[in-house]
Amino acid sequence: MEALFVKLQLYLAYPFVRYALIVGVLIALCSSLLGVTLVLRRFSFIGDGLSHVAFGALAVATVVGVSNKMTIVLPITIFAAVLMLRAGKNAIIKGDAAIAMISVASLAFGYLLLHIFAPPVNLSGDVCSTLFGATSILTLTRDEMWISVVLSVLMLGIFIFFYHKIFAVAFDEDFARAVGTNAGLYNLMLAFVVAVVIVLAMNLVGALLISAFVIFPALSAMRLFRNFFAVTVCSAALSVFCALFGILVAVLAGTPVGATVVAIDVAAFLLCSGAGRLKSIA
Amino acid sequence: MPQIVCENLSLGYGGEVVVSGLSFSVSAGMYLCIVGENGAGKTTLMKTILGLRSPLKGSIVFGDGLRQREIGYLSQQTEVQRDFPASVREIVLSGCQGRMGFRPFYRTEEKELAARNMERMGIAELAERCYRDLSGGQQQRVLLARALCATQKLLLLDEPTAGLDPEVTADMYRVIHDLHQSGVTILMITHDVTEALPYATHILHLGGRVFWGTRNEYMREEEERR
Ligand SMILES: Nc1ncnc2c1ncn2[C@@H]1O[C@H](COP(=O)(O)OP(=O)(O)OP(=O)(O)O)[C@@H](O)[C@H]1O
Ligand SMILES: [Mg+2]
Repeated sequence: MEALFVKLQLYLAYPFVRYALIVGVLIALCSSLLGVTLVLRRFSFIGDGLSHVAFGALAVATVVGVSNKMTIVLPITIFAAVLMLRAGKNAIIKGDAAIAMISVASLAFGYLLLHIFAPPVNLSGDVCSTLFGATSILTLTRDEMWISVVLSVLMLGIFIFFYHKIFAVAFDEDFARAVGTNAGLYNLMLAFVVAVVIVLAMNLVGALLISAFVIFPALSAMRLFRNFFAVTVCSAALSVFCALFGILVAVLAGTPVGATVVAIDVAAFLLCSGAGRLKSIA
Repeated sequence: MPQIVCENLSLGYGGEVVVSGLSFSVSAGMYLCIVGENGAGKTTLMKTILGLRSPLKGSIVFGDGLRQREIGYLSQQTEVQRDFPASVREIVLSGCQGRMGFRPFYRTEEKELAARNMERMGIAELAERCYRDLSGGQQQRVLLARALCATQKLLLLDEPTAGLDPEVTADMYRVIHDLHQSGVTILMITHDVTEALPYATHILHLGGRVFWGTRNEYMREEEERR
Protein backbone atom coordinates (compact mmCIF):
# COMPACT_ATOMS: atom_id res chain seq x y z
CA MET A 1 0.00 0.00 0.00
CA GLU A 2 2.76 2.36 0.99
CA ALA A 3 4.68 1.49 -2.12
CA LEU A 4 1.62 2.48 -4.10
CA PHE A 5 1.56 5.93 -2.52
CA VAL A 6 5.22 6.45 -3.14
CA LYS A 7 4.72 5.49 -6.75
CA LEU A 8 1.75 7.84 -7.00
CA GLN A 9 3.74 10.69 -5.54
CA LEU A 10 6.45 10.02 -8.03
CA TYR A 11 4.01 10.18 -10.92
CA LEU A 12 2.25 13.27 -9.62
CA ALA A 13 5.56 15.09 -9.71
CA TYR A 14 5.34 14.96 -13.50
CA PRO A 15 3.42 17.90 -14.89
CA PHE A 16 1.76 15.87 -17.68
CA VAL A 17 0.19 13.56 -15.11
CA ARG A 18 -1.25 16.56 -13.30
CA TYR A 19 -2.46 17.98 -16.63
CA ALA A 20 -4.20 14.73 -17.42
CA LEU A 21 -5.91 14.74 -14.03
CA ILE A 22 -7.13 18.32 -14.40
CA VAL A 23 -8.32 17.92 -17.96
CA GLY A 24 -9.89 14.54 -17.25
CA VAL A 25 -11.90 15.85 -14.33
CA LEU A 26 -13.11 18.90 -16.25
CA ILE A 27 -14.13 16.87 -19.28
CA ALA A 28 -15.92 14.37 -17.07
CA LEU A 29 -17.78 17.22 -15.40
CA CYS A 30 -18.86 18.88 -18.65
CA SER A 31 -19.85 15.73 -20.47
CA SER A 32 -21.90 14.42 -17.55
CA LEU A 33 -23.83 17.69 -17.28
CA LEU A 34 -24.64 17.54 -20.97
CA GLY A 35 -25.37 13.84 -20.69
CA VAL A 36 -28.43 14.38 -18.54
CA THR A 37 -30.08 16.57 -21.17
CA LEU A 38 -28.96 14.46 -24.09
CA VAL A 39 -30.18 11.19 -22.59
CA LEU A 40 -33.53 12.71 -21.63
CA ARG A 41 -34.03 14.17 -25.08
CA ARG A 42 -33.23 10.82 -26.71
CA PHE A 43 -29.93 12.01 -28.12
CA SER A 44 -27.73 9.48 -26.36
CA PHE A 45 -25.94 8.66 -29.55
CA ILE A 46 -25.06 12.16 -30.60
CA GLY A 47 -21.78 11.96 -28.67
CA ASP A 48 -20.83 8.88 -30.59
CA GLY A 49 -21.84 10.38 -33.91
CA LEU A 50 -19.99 13.64 -33.28
CA SER A 51 -16.81 11.93 -32.19
CA HIS A 52 -16.76 10.06 -35.49
CA VAL A 53 -17.19 13.33 -37.30
CA ALA A 54 -14.36 14.78 -35.24
CA PHE A 55 -12.22 11.82 -36.28
CA GLY A 56 -12.96 12.54 -39.93
CA ALA A 57 -12.17 16.20 -39.39
CA LEU A 58 -8.93 15.28 -37.66
CA ALA A 59 -7.98 13.22 -40.69
CA VAL A 60 -8.66 16.18 -42.95
CA ALA A 61 -6.60 18.42 -40.67
CA THR A 62 -3.74 15.92 -40.71
CA VAL A 63 -3.77 15.65 -44.49
CA VAL A 64 -4.02 19.40 -45.00
CA GLY A 65 -1.21 19.77 -42.49
CA VAL A 66 -2.36 22.78 -40.48
CA SER A 67 -0.35 23.53 -37.38
CA ASN A 68 -3.32 23.81 -35.02
CA LYS A 69 -5.74 21.03 -35.90
CA MET A 70 -8.47 22.53 -33.72
CA THR A 71 -9.08 25.27 -36.28
CA ILE A 72 -10.43 22.63 -38.64
CA VAL A 73 -11.82 20.05 -36.23
CA LEU A 74 -13.95 22.40 -34.08
CA PRO A 75 -15.92 24.17 -36.83
CA ILE A 76 -16.69 20.93 -38.69
CA THR A 77 -17.84 19.19 -35.51
CA ILE A 78 -20.00 22.14 -34.45
CA PHE A 79 -21.59 22.19 -37.88
CA ALA A 80 -22.33 18.45 -37.68
CA ALA A 81 -23.79 18.89 -34.19
CA VAL A 82 -26.22 21.53 -35.43
CA LEU A 83 -27.22 19.25 -38.31
CA MET A 84 -27.78 16.29 -36.00
CA LEU A 85 -29.86 18.13 -33.39
CA ARG A 86 -31.88 19.66 -36.19
CA ALA A 87 -32.44 16.19 -37.66
CA GLY A 88 -34.16 15.21 -34.41
CA LYS A 89 -37.49 16.45 -35.60
CA ASN A 90 -39.48 16.80 -38.79
CA ALA A 91 -36.76 15.67 -41.15
CA ILE A 92 -37.08 13.32 -44.09
CA ILE A 93 -34.57 10.96 -42.52
CA LYS A 94 -35.32 10.15 -38.88
CA GLY A 95 -33.00 11.49 -36.21
CA ASP A 96 -31.18 8.33 -35.23
CA ALA A 97 -30.70 7.24 -38.84
CA ALA A 98 -29.31 10.65 -39.75
CA ILE A 99 -26.83 10.52 -36.89
CA ALA A 100 -25.74 7.01 -37.83
CA MET A 101 -25.31 8.01 -41.46
CA ILE A 102 -23.21 11.09 -40.79
CA SER A 103 -21.05 9.33 -38.23
CA VAL A 104 -20.17 6.19 -40.19
CA ALA A 105 -19.58 8.20 -43.33
CA SER A 106 -17.10 10.48 -41.52
CA LEU A 107 -15.32 7.52 -39.99
CA ALA A 108 -14.87 5.78 -43.33
CA PHE A 109 -13.98 8.99 -45.10
CA GLY A 110 -11.42 9.94 -42.46
CA TYR A 111 -9.70 6.58 -42.47
CA LEU A 112 -9.65 6.55 -46.25
CA LEU A 113 -8.10 10.01 -46.39
CA LEU A 114 -5.42 9.06 -43.89
CA HIS A 115 -4.67 5.88 -45.77
CA ILE A 116 -4.26 7.61 -49.10
CA PHE A 117 -2.48 10.80 -48.12
CA ALA A 118 -0.77 10.44 -44.77
CA PRO A 119 2.73 9.07 -44.45
CA PRO A 120 2.22 5.40 -43.62
CA VAL A 121 4.71 5.39 -40.76
CA ASN A 122 2.53 4.30 -37.90
CA LEU A 123 -0.94 4.62 -39.30
CA SER A 124 -2.66 1.87 -37.36
CA GLY A 125 -1.07 3.11 -34.13
CA ASP A 126 -2.23 6.67 -34.76
CA VAL A 127 -5.71 5.62 -35.71
CA CYS A 128 -5.93 3.37 -32.71
CA SER A 129 -5.00 6.15 -30.32
CA THR A 130 -7.51 8.49 -31.95
CA LEU A 131 -10.24 5.92 -31.61
CA PHE A 132 -9.49 4.64 -28.13
CA GLY A 133 -7.63 7.52 -26.57
CA ALA A 134 -3.89 7.75 -26.09
CA THR A 135 -2.49 4.74 -24.29
CA SER A 136 -0.08 6.97 -22.46
CA ILE A 137 -1.21 10.34 -21.24
CA LEU A 138 2.12 11.88 -22.10
CA THR A 139 0.45 13.52 -25.03
CA LEU A 140 -1.11 16.48 -23.22
CA THR A 141 0.91 19.65 -23.37
CA ARG A 142 0.60 22.63 -21.07
CA ASP A 143 -1.12 24.71 -23.75
CA GLU A 144 -3.63 21.98 -24.44
CA MET A 145 -4.40 21.83 -20.78
CA TRP A 146 -5.07 25.56 -20.63
CA ILE A 147 -7.32 25.43 -23.68
CA SER A 148 -9.30 22.67 -22.02
CA VAL A 149 -9.53 24.55 -18.74
CA VAL A 150 -10.78 27.74 -20.38
CA LEU A 151 -13.31 25.98 -22.58
CA SER A 152 -14.56 23.82 -19.72
CA VAL A 153 -15.09 26.78 -17.43
CA LEU A 154 -16.95 28.52 -20.25
CA MET A 155 -19.17 25.46 -20.76
CA LEU A 156 -19.83 25.27 -17.05
CA GLY A 157 -20.80 28.94 -16.94
CA ILE A 158 -23.19 28.53 -19.85
CA PHE A 159 -24.76 25.49 -18.25
CA ILE A 160 -25.36 27.16 -14.90
CA PHE A 161 -26.63 30.38 -16.45
CA PHE A 162 -29.14 28.59 -18.68
CA TYR A 163 -29.95 25.72 -16.31
CA HIS A 164 -33.66 26.51 -15.95
CA LYS A 165 -34.09 27.11 -19.66
CA ILE A 166 -32.33 23.85 -20.48
CA PHE A 167 -34.73 22.07 -18.14
CA ALA A 168 -37.82 23.75 -19.60
CA VAL A 169 -36.86 23.01 -23.19
CA ALA A 170 -35.90 19.41 -22.43
CA PHE A 171 -39.12 18.69 -20.55
CA ASP A 172 -41.53 20.28 -22.98
CA GLU A 173 -40.18 22.15 -25.97
CA ASP A 174 -43.60 23.14 -27.29
CA PHE A 175 -44.65 24.67 -24.00
CA ALA A 176 -41.34 26.48 -23.60
CA ARG A 177 -41.66 27.96 -27.06
CA ALA A 178 -45.31 28.87 -26.46
CA VAL A 179 -44.40 30.99 -23.45
CA GLY A 180 -41.70 32.75 -25.42
CA THR A 181 -38.52 30.84 -24.64
CA ASN A 182 -36.27 30.90 -27.66
CA ALA A 183 -35.90 27.14 -27.92
CA GLY A 184 -34.16 27.37 -31.29
CA LEU A 185 -31.39 29.44 -29.75
CA TYR A 186 -30.94 27.02 -26.87
CA ASN A 187 -30.85 24.04 -29.20
CA LEU A 188 -28.17 25.78 -31.20
CA MET A 189 -26.24 26.50 -28.05
CA LEU A 190 -26.60 22.91 -26.92
CA ALA A 191 -25.21 21.71 -30.24
CA PHE A 192 -22.30 24.10 -29.89
CA VAL A 193 -21.46 23.05 -26.34
CA VAL A 194 -21.77 19.35 -27.12
CA ALA A 195 -19.41 19.70 -30.06
CA VAL A 196 -16.78 21.51 -28.01
CA VAL A 197 -16.94 18.98 -25.19
CA ILE A 198 -16.68 16.06 -27.61
CA VAL A 199 -13.63 17.52 -29.29
CA LEU A 200 -11.98 18.14 -25.93
CA ALA A 201 -12.81 14.67 -24.71
CA MET A 202 -11.43 13.03 -27.80
CA ASN A 203 -7.88 13.78 -26.73
CA LEU A 204 -8.35 11.87 -23.56
CA VAL A 205 -10.72 9.01 -24.12
CA GLY A 206 -10.73 8.67 -27.88
CA ALA A 207 -13.55 8.80 -30.36
CA LEU A 208 -15.13 5.44 -29.63
CA LEU A 209 -15.44 5.79 -25.87
CA ILE A 210 -16.84 9.31 -25.51
CA SER A 211 -20.45 8.15 -25.49
CA ALA A 212 -19.76 6.29 -22.28
CA PHE A 213 -18.64 9.55 -20.65
CA VAL A 214 -21.83 11.23 -21.74
CA ILE A 215 -24.31 8.48 -20.97
CA PHE A 216 -23.20 6.46 -17.96
CA PRO A 217 -23.09 9.10 -15.20
CA ALA A 218 -26.51 10.43 -16.26
CA LEU A 219 -28.06 6.97 -16.35
CA SER A 220 -26.49 6.06 -12.99
CA ALA A 221 -27.84 9.23 -11.39
CA MET A 222 -31.30 8.55 -12.82
CA ARG A 223 -31.37 5.18 -11.01
CA LEU A 224 -30.87 6.97 -7.72
CA PHE A 225 -32.71 10.27 -7.92
CA ARG A 226 -36.06 11.43 -9.18
CA ASN A 227 -35.77 15.15 -9.63
CA PHE A 228 -33.81 17.03 -12.24
CA PHE A 229 -31.58 19.01 -9.91
CA ALA A 230 -30.50 15.98 -7.89
CA VAL A 231 -29.91 13.96 -11.05
CA THR A 232 -27.74 16.72 -12.49
CA VAL A 233 -25.64 17.18 -9.36
CA CYS A 234 -25.27 13.46 -8.74
CA SER A 235 -24.31 12.81 -12.34
CA ALA A 236 -21.60 15.47 -12.17
CA ALA A 237 -20.22 14.26 -8.86
CA LEU A 238 -20.22 10.64 -9.95
CA SER A 239 -18.52 11.44 -13.22
CA VAL A 240 -15.79 13.49 -11.57
CA PHE A 241 -15.15 10.78 -9.01
CA CYS A 242 -14.94 8.04 -11.64
CA ALA A 243 -12.62 10.11 -13.82
CA LEU A 244 -10.30 10.91 -10.93
CA PHE A 245 -10.22 7.36 -9.68
CA GLY A 246 -9.92 5.94 -13.19
CA ILE A 247 -7.01 8.14 -14.20
CA LEU A 248 -5.12 7.33 -11.00
CA VAL A 249 -5.68 3.62 -11.51
CA ALA A 250 -4.61 3.92 -15.13
CA VAL A 251 -1.43 5.74 -14.16
CA LEU A 252 -0.52 3.23 -11.49
CA ALA A 253 -1.47 0.10 -13.41
CA GLY A 254 -0.34 1.36 -16.79
CA THR A 255 -3.71 0.70 -18.42
CA PRO A 256 -5.27 2.91 -21.12
CA VAL A 257 -6.88 5.95 -19.51
CA GLY A 258 -10.14 6.11 -21.48
CA ALA A 259 -10.96 2.44 -21.18
CA THR A 260 -10.17 2.39 -17.45
CA VAL A 261 -12.41 5.35 -16.68
CA VAL A 262 -15.22 3.86 -18.73
CA ALA A 263 -14.86 0.53 -16.95
CA ILE A 264 -15.21 2.33 -13.62
CA ASP A 265 -18.23 4.25 -14.98
CA VAL A 266 -19.85 0.95 -15.87
CA ALA A 267 -19.12 -0.44 -12.40
CA ALA A 268 -20.65 2.68 -10.86
CA PHE A 269 -23.72 2.25 -13.04
CA LEU A 270 -24.17 -1.33 -11.86
CA LEU A 271 -23.81 -0.23 -8.23
CA CYS A 272 -26.33 2.59 -8.71
CA SER A 273 -28.79 0.26 -10.40
CA GLY A 274 -28.57 -2.11 -7.46
CA ALA A 275 -28.95 0.73 -4.97
CA GLY A 276 -31.89 2.13 -6.92
CA ARG A 277 -33.60 -1.25 -6.90
CA LEU A 278 -33.07 -1.55 -3.14
CA LYS A 279 -34.37 1.97 -2.60
CA SER A 280 -37.56 1.31 -4.54
CA ILE A 281 -38.22 -1.92 -2.63
CA ALA A 282 -37.62 -0.28 0.75
CA MET B 1 -62.23 43.98 -28.39
CA PRO B 2 -61.86 40.17 -28.40
CA GLN B 3 -58.72 38.51 -27.07
CA ILE B 4 -58.09 36.56 -30.27
CA VAL B 5 -59.45 37.22 -33.76
CA CYS B 6 -58.79 34.60 -36.44
CA GLU B 7 -59.54 35.80 -39.92
CA ASN B 8 -59.86 33.51 -42.95
CA LEU B 9 -57.27 31.04 -41.62
CA SER B 10 -55.86 28.26 -43.74
CA LEU B 11 -53.77 25.66 -41.95
CA GLY B 12 -51.78 22.75 -43.30
CA TYR B 13 -48.47 21.01 -43.76
CA GLY B 14 -46.39 21.39 -46.87
CA GLY B 15 -48.79 21.60 -49.76
CA GLU B 16 -51.60 19.83 -47.94
CA VAL B 17 -54.40 22.04 -46.61
CA VAL B 18 -56.10 20.73 -43.48
CA VAL B 19 -58.37 23.65 -42.59
CA SER B 20 -59.34 26.54 -44.83
CA GLY B 21 -61.37 29.73 -44.58
CA LEU B 22 -61.71 29.57 -40.82
CA SER B 23 -62.86 32.73 -39.05
CA PHE B 24 -63.77 33.06 -35.38
CA SER B 25 -62.98 35.18 -32.38
CA VAL B 26 -62.42 34.56 -28.69
CA SER B 27 -63.46 37.10 -26.07
CA ALA B 28 -62.66 37.23 -22.38
CA GLY B 29 -64.86 34.92 -20.35
CA MET B 30 -65.55 32.43 -23.13
CA TYR B 31 -65.41 28.68 -22.63
CA LEU B 32 -64.80 27.44 -26.14
CA CYS B 33 -64.88 23.74 -26.95
CA ILE B 34 -63.13 22.70 -30.14
CA VAL B 35 -64.56 19.43 -31.42
CA GLY B 36 -64.17 17.40 -34.60
CA GLU B 37 -62.94 14.11 -35.98
CA ASN B 38 -59.38 12.82 -35.60
CA GLY B 39 -57.13 14.64 -38.00
CA ALA B 40 -59.52 17.56 -38.43
CA GLY B 41 -56.74 19.99 -37.54
CA LYS B 42 -57.63 20.84 -33.94
CA THR B 43 -54.11 20.47 -32.58
CA THR B 44 -52.74 22.26 -35.61
CA LEU B 45 -55.06 25.20 -34.92
CA MET B 46 -53.85 25.38 -31.33
CA LYS B 47 -50.21 25.31 -32.31
CA THR B 48 -50.87 28.09 -34.78
CA ILE B 49 -52.55 30.24 -32.12
CA LEU B 50 -49.51 29.65 -29.90
CA GLY B 51 -47.18 30.73 -32.67
CA LEU B 52 -45.47 27.34 -32.86
CA ARG B 53 -46.23 27.26 -36.58
CA SER B 54 -47.47 29.85 -38.99
CA PRO B 55 -50.75 29.75 -40.94
CA LEU B 56 -50.73 29.14 -44.69
CA LYS B 57 -53.13 32.04 -45.16
CA GLY B 58 -55.07 34.46 -43.02
CA SER B 59 -54.24 36.23 -39.80
CA ILE B 60 -54.44 35.88 -36.04
CA VAL B 61 -54.68 39.13 -34.09
CA PHE B 62 -54.40 39.42 -30.32
CA GLY B 63 -56.21 42.15 -28.42
CA ASP B 64 -57.75 43.10 -25.10
CA GLY B 65 -54.32 43.30 -23.49
CA LEU B 66 -53.46 39.70 -24.34
CA ARG B 67 -50.08 38.94 -25.81
CA GLN B 68 -49.25 35.73 -27.60
CA ARG B 69 -46.76 34.53 -25.01
CA GLU B 70 -49.23 35.07 -22.19
CA ILE B 71 -51.21 31.99 -23.15
CA GLY B 72 -51.09 28.91 -20.95
CA TYR B 73 -50.86 25.62 -22.82
CA LEU B 74 -51.58 22.05 -21.83
CA SER B 75 -50.37 19.77 -24.59
CA GLN B 76 -51.02 16.14 -25.29
CA GLN B 77 -48.38 14.16 -23.33
CA THR B 78 -45.13 13.47 -25.11
CA GLU B 79 -43.05 10.33 -24.90
CA VAL B 80 -40.14 12.21 -23.34
CA GLN B 81 -42.20 13.27 -20.32
CA ARG B 82 -43.20 9.77 -19.39
CA ASP B 83 -39.86 8.88 -17.79
CA PHE B 84 -38.44 12.33 -17.11
CA PRO B 85 -36.89 12.64 -13.65
CA ALA B 86 -38.39 15.91 -12.47
CA SER B 87 -40.18 16.93 -9.31
CA VAL B 88 -43.61 18.54 -9.42
CA ARG B 89 -42.18 21.80 -8.12
CA GLU B 90 -39.54 21.96 -10.86
CA ILE B 91 -42.15 21.47 -13.55
CA VAL B 92 -44.64 23.99 -12.19
CA LEU B 93 -41.85 26.56 -11.78
CA SER B 94 -40.87 26.13 -15.42
CA GLY B 95 -44.21 27.73 -16.29
CA CYS B 96 -42.70 31.03 -15.16
CA GLN B 97 -40.07 30.91 -17.93
CA GLY B 98 -42.06 33.28 -20.12
CA ARG B 99 -41.63 36.21 -17.78
CA MET B 100 -37.91 35.60 -17.19
CA GLY B 101 -36.32 36.85 -20.40
CA PHE B 102 -32.60 36.22 -20.06
CA ARG B 103 -32.65 36.25 -16.26
CA PRO B 104 -31.14 32.89 -15.22
CA PHE B 105 -32.77 32.19 -11.84
CA TYR B 106 -36.26 32.35 -10.33
CA ARG B 107 -37.21 35.14 -7.95
CA THR B 108 -39.15 34.68 -4.72
CA GLU B 109 -42.33 36.00 -6.31
CA GLU B 110 -42.13 33.32 -8.99
CA LYS B 111 -41.61 30.62 -6.40
CA GLU B 112 -44.65 31.95 -4.55
CA LEU B 113 -46.70 32.01 -7.73
CA ALA B 114 -45.79 28.37 -8.35
CA ALA B 115 -46.70 27.47 -4.76
CA ARG B 116 -50.05 29.26 -5.09
CA ASN B 117 -50.90 27.47 -8.31
CA MET B 118 -49.98 24.10 -6.83
CA GLU B 119 -52.31 24.95 -3.95
CA ARG B 120 -55.02 25.94 -6.39
CA MET B 121 -54.73 22.63 -8.26
CA GLY B 122 -54.68 20.67 -5.02
CA ILE B 123 -51.20 19.23 -5.55
CA ALA B 124 -49.31 21.19 -2.90
CA GLU B 125 -48.46 18.08 -0.91
CA LEU B 126 -47.06 16.40 -4.04
CA ALA B 127 -44.53 19.19 -4.62
CA GLU B 128 -41.43 17.08 -4.03
CA ARG B 129 -42.77 13.94 -5.69
CA CYS B 130 -41.46 12.73 -9.01
CA TYR B 131 -43.70 13.54 -11.97
CA ARG B 132 -43.52 10.09 -13.54
CA ASP B 133 -44.69 8.39 -10.32
CA LEU B 134 -47.98 10.30 -10.33
CA SER B 135 -51.31 9.09 -11.68
CA GLY B 136 -52.57 10.43 -15.00
CA GLY B 137 -55.02 12.78 -13.30
CA GLN B 138 -52.36 14.15 -10.97
CA GLN B 139 -49.99 14.68 -13.90
CA GLN B 140 -52.62 16.72 -15.70
CA ARG B 141 -53.09 18.87 -12.61
CA VAL B 142 -49.34 19.47 -12.52
CA LEU B 143 -49.36 20.58 -16.15
CA LEU B 144 -52.38 22.79 -15.47
CA ALA B 145 -50.58 24.44 -12.55
CA ARG B 146 -47.62 25.04 -14.85
CA ALA B 147 -49.89 26.58 -17.49
CA LEU B 148 -51.41 28.84 -14.82
CA CYS B 149 -47.94 30.12 -13.99
CA ALA B 150 -47.70 31.33 -17.56
CA THR B 151 -51.08 33.07 -17.71
CA GLN B 152 -54.00 34.42 -15.77
CA LYS B 153 -56.01 35.12 -18.88
CA LEU B 154 -56.26 32.34 -21.41
CA LEU B 155 -55.70 28.58 -21.32
CA LEU B 156 -55.39 26.30 -24.34
CA LEU B 157 -56.09 22.69 -23.40
CA ASP B 158 -55.44 19.89 -25.85
CA GLU B 159 -57.52 16.87 -24.80
CA PRO B 160 -56.94 17.37 -21.07
CA THR B 161 -58.86 14.21 -20.20
CA ALA B 162 -57.29 11.79 -22.68
CA GLY B 163 -56.56 8.49 -20.93
CA LEU B 164 -58.29 9.36 -17.66
CA ASP B 165 -60.97 7.21 -16.08
CA PRO B 166 -64.58 8.57 -15.97
CA GLU B 167 -64.37 9.72 -12.37
CA VAL B 168 -61.08 11.59 -12.79
CA THR B 169 -62.37 12.99 -16.09
CA ALA B 170 -65.42 14.48 -14.39
CA ASP B 171 -63.09 15.84 -11.72
CA MET B 172 -60.85 17.42 -14.35
CA TYR B 173 -63.80 19.15 -16.01
CA ARG B 174 -64.83 20.54 -12.62
CA VAL B 175 -61.34 21.93 -12.08
CA ILE B 176 -61.41 23.57 -15.51
CA HIS B 177 -64.91 24.88 -14.81
CA ASP B 178 -63.66 26.46 -11.58
CA LEU B 179 -60.84 28.13 -13.46
CA HIS B 180 -63.36 29.49 -15.96
CA GLN B 181 -65.53 30.79 -13.12
CA SER B 182 -62.51 32.61 -11.69
CA GLY B 183 -62.14 34.53 -14.94
CA VAL B 184 -59.79 32.49 -17.14
CA THR B 185 -60.80 32.17 -20.79
CA ILE B 186 -60.77 28.50 -21.83
CA LEU B 187 -60.10 27.00 -25.25
CA MET B 188 -60.38 23.25 -25.02
CA ILE B 189 -60.08 20.43 -27.53
CA THR B 190 -62.18 17.47 -26.52
CA HIS B 191 -63.72 14.31 -27.89
CA ASP B 192 -66.26 13.53 -25.19
CA VAL B 193 -68.97 15.96 -26.18
CA THR B 194 -71.57 14.82 -23.65
CA GLU B 195 -69.28 15.47 -20.67
CA ALA B 196 -67.75 18.73 -21.77
CA LEU B 197 -70.58 20.52 -23.56
CA PRO B 198 -72.60 21.49 -20.48
CA TYR B 199 -69.71 23.70 -19.38
CA ALA B 200 -69.06 25.34 -22.74
CA THR B 201 -70.35 28.72 -23.84
CA HIS B 202 -69.19 28.40 -27.45
CA ILE B 203 -68.41 25.58 -29.87
CA LEU B 204 -66.02 25.38 -32.79
CA HIS B 205 -66.51 22.28 -34.89
CA LEU B 206 -63.77 21.45 -37.40
CA GLY B 207 -63.80 18.78 -40.06
CA GLY B 208 -66.37 17.94 -42.72
CA ARG B 209 -68.85 20.48 -41.40
CA VAL B 210 -67.46 23.70 -39.94
CA PHE B 211 -69.53 25.28 -37.19
CA TRP B 212 -68.79 28.32 -35.11
CA GLY B 213 -71.29 29.74 -32.61
CA THR B 214 -72.72 29.50 -29.15
CA ARG B 215 -73.45 26.20 -27.52
CA ASN B 216 -77.22 26.65 -27.74
CA GLU B 217 -77.06 27.25 -31.48
CA TYR B 218 -74.90 24.16 -31.80
CA MET B 219 -77.37 22.04 -29.82
CA ARG B 220 -80.25 23.30 -31.94
CA GLU B 221 -78.42 22.44 -35.13
CA GLU B 222 -77.58 19.00 -33.80
CA GLU B 223 -81.29 18.49 -33.02
CA GLU B 224 -82.30 19.45 -36.52
CA ARG B 225 -79.77 17.13 -38.10
CA ARG B 226 -81.28 14.22 -36.25
N1 LIG C 1 -46.02 17.47 -38.31
C1 LIG C 1 -46.92 17.16 -39.28
N2 LIG C 1 -46.51 17.05 -40.57
C2 LIG C 1 -47.40 16.76 -41.55
N3 LIG C 1 -48.70 16.56 -41.36
C3 LIG C 1 -49.18 16.64 -40.10
C4 LIG C 1 -48.31 16.95 -38.99
N4 LIG C 1 -49.06 16.97 -37.87
C5 LIG C 1 -50.31 16.71 -38.25
N5 LIG C 1 -50.40 16.51 -39.58
C6 LIG C 1 -51.61 16.22 -40.34
O1 LIG C 1 -52.51 17.30 -40.19
C7 LIG C 1 -53.82 16.84 -39.99
C8 LIG C 1 -54.40 17.45 -38.71
O2 LIG C 1 -53.68 16.99 -37.59
P1 LIG C 1 -54.05 17.44 -36.11
O3 LIG C 1 -53.04 16.84 -35.21
O4 LIG C 1 -54.22 18.91 -36.06
O5 LIG C 1 -55.46 16.73 -35.90
P2 LIG C 1 -56.38 16.71 -34.60
O6 LIG C 1 -57.66 17.34 -35.00
O7 LIG C 1 -55.67 17.29 -33.44
O8 LIG C 1 -56.59 15.15 -34.41
P3 LIG C 1 -56.71 14.30 -33.03
O9 LIG C 1 -58.13 14.39 -32.63
O10 LIG C 1 -56.36 12.93 -33.48
O11 LIG C 1 -55.75 14.86 -32.06
C9 LIG C 1 -53.76 15.33 -39.97
O12 LIG C 1 -54.21 14.86 -41.22
C10 LIG C 1 -52.32 15.01 -39.78
O13 LIG C 1 -51.98 13.86 -40.51
MG1 LIG D 1 -54.85 16.51 -31.54
